[in-house]
Amino acid sequence: MLKGRAIRFGDDISTDLIISGRHMHLRSNLPELAKHALEDVDQDFTTRVRPGDVVVAGRNFGLGSSREHAAIVIKMNGVSMVIAKSIARIFFRNAINIGLPVLITDTDTISEGDEIEVDLSSGTLSNLTTGNKVNFSKLPSVMLQILEEGGLVQYVKKFGDFKV
Amino acid sequence: MKKTLAEKILSYKSGVDSKAGDIVIVPIDKVYAHDVSGPLAIRRFRESGFKKLAHPEATIFFLDHAVPSPRQELANDQKFIRTFVQEQGCPLSEINEGVCHQIAVEKWVRPSDIVCGGDSHTPTAGGLCAFATGMGSTDIAVAMALGKTWLRVPESLLVKITGQFSPTVHAKDLALHIIGLLSAEGATYKALEFGGDTTRTMTMSQRFTLANMSVEAGAKAGLFPADGVTKDYLEAHGRGDSYLELFPDPDAVYERVIEIEAQKLVPLVAQPHTVDNVISVSEVEGTRIDQVFIGSCTNGRLEDLAITARILQGKKRHSQTRLIIVPASRGVYQEAMAKGYITTFIDAGAAVVNPGCAACAGVHEGILGNSEVCLSTTNRNFKGRMGNPESFVYLASPATAAASAITGKITNPEKFMA
Repeated sequence: MLKGRAIRFGDDISTDLIISGRHMHLRSNLPELAKHALEDVDQDFTTRVRPGDVVVAGRNFGLGSSREHAAIVIKMNGVSMVIAKSIARIFFRNAINIGLPVLITDTDTISEGDEIEVDLSSGTLSNLTTGNKVNFSKLPSVMLQILEEGGLVQYVKKFGDFKV
Repeated sequence: MKKTLAEKILSYKSGVDSKAGDIVIVPIDKVYAHDVSGPLAIRRFRESGFKKLAHPEATIFFLDHAVPSPRQELANDQKFIRTFVQEQGCPLSEINEGVCHQIAVEKWVRPSDIVCGGDSHTPTAGGLCAFATGMGSTDIAVAMALGKTWLRVPESLLVKITGQFSPTVHAKDLALHIIGLLSAEGATYKALEFGGDTTRTMTMSQRFTLANMSVEAGAKAGLFPADGVTKDYLEAHGRGDSYLELFPDPDAVYERVIEIEAQKLVPLVAQPHTVDNVISVSEVEGTRIDQVFIGSCTNGRLEDLAITARILQGKKRHSQTRLIIVPASRGVYQEAMAKGYITTFIDAGAAVVNPGCAACAGVHEGILGNSEVCLSTTNRNFKGRMGNPESFVYLASPATAAASAITGKITNPEKFMA
């Protein structure tokens, strides 16, 4: 069960918006890099985000680059989950790989500040503020397993190989 | 039977008769990373407890995003990579060589290869009928260590092209047309497969442009069949023995078929700030341009420089418009020099820059000022992409870019192609 307060974003939040190429020199200094997360969309994001918050977005979240750093800086700011109407595939896979739950479902009825509760294993999302409940497609089992272990590094350390 | 190119390659490589939707484990033929994705991949490799690469001869590190290094942090990242490649005995493509995807297709990739690259434009190699897909650093680390990865076999969208292009229309215009039709997420999780009679006549350079841009519609891979054109390319690059003919089955099942008549296409641009914000050049003709950028893994090949040189021959860039030209690889640079293109570019007032990504990813070599507008042959125009969120990027073909450099405004290349 994952629970958190929604922080809303719109459509087309690209990896360039999540973490710009002009900060490329900070990539080997992740704490410093994380201070710039989403600054070109919301310059107050890193100051107002609280641990456990949920990033809720519209269409095509994470479109663009394969930079894993996009998922990393979101997680490092304490975000517990990313929920969007659609998510670009490399971002999706990267998020799972670093143990950041991602899910795809209609987010139109989720507003800024709503309290969201998600059960990944049963595939249900409850908006505790509005009372709305939706089902969502569950992840392929290999992704669920990776997520359960906390990420791909942990998964591979435990199993040594892919179990599919 | 009934297999798309994606299903064929993934079935063959996994050893399991697979169809779209299946999860397979595949051995990886080539895995690579660059100076941005590489350092994190190396750290994850070590964090995971791995000591040795599964196939050092097929694991390549490329320095291309910040070359030569513009600052000490990036220099240290590159140093970190050099130490690792020394220790592991795997190839390193140094600061003078150029863009990873361009070198990958020049020197490394073979038809039916599974290629995993730590860069979203890895699908460029799909032009050679390789299942080439982009991944993040952790996936790359594990791919390097285990020599395999898991993949969901994608559904395929068939882009069927017939007819002949008009002289002012290029592969980039076709790519933008497709992305405009599909939207930036129209092919998410899918493979884009290119077919139709016209596909068979496309040069490898054009195929690379289309495969490369597939990512901008969200695709996992962009695939062309391996045919005579592929064979000639491989032979010209010393890998003729790796050729194998590869076509989809005639009864392959596609999620969607998009039919395009080439003669109906016109020069296009992608307006700021998304790649699917596509409009004809005529509708934005006259828009002032501060900088023109010609290069990148999308359009930095000899053919792209050839049309640029043809248009710029004997002409100069507009006095109020900067022109930056970047050959995608050392090989392209040398060939362009031999053909006199570089002289033409310099005479026209271009800043000819060493092979690499340059300004494409917003790191260096052409970052924009506030409110500035760049017309670029690159693949992305997101807000902040070229290093400044207060700037604007239009995407176009090399012909449109060259024409616009002369007039200082977005210009239809027909004006300079008699």
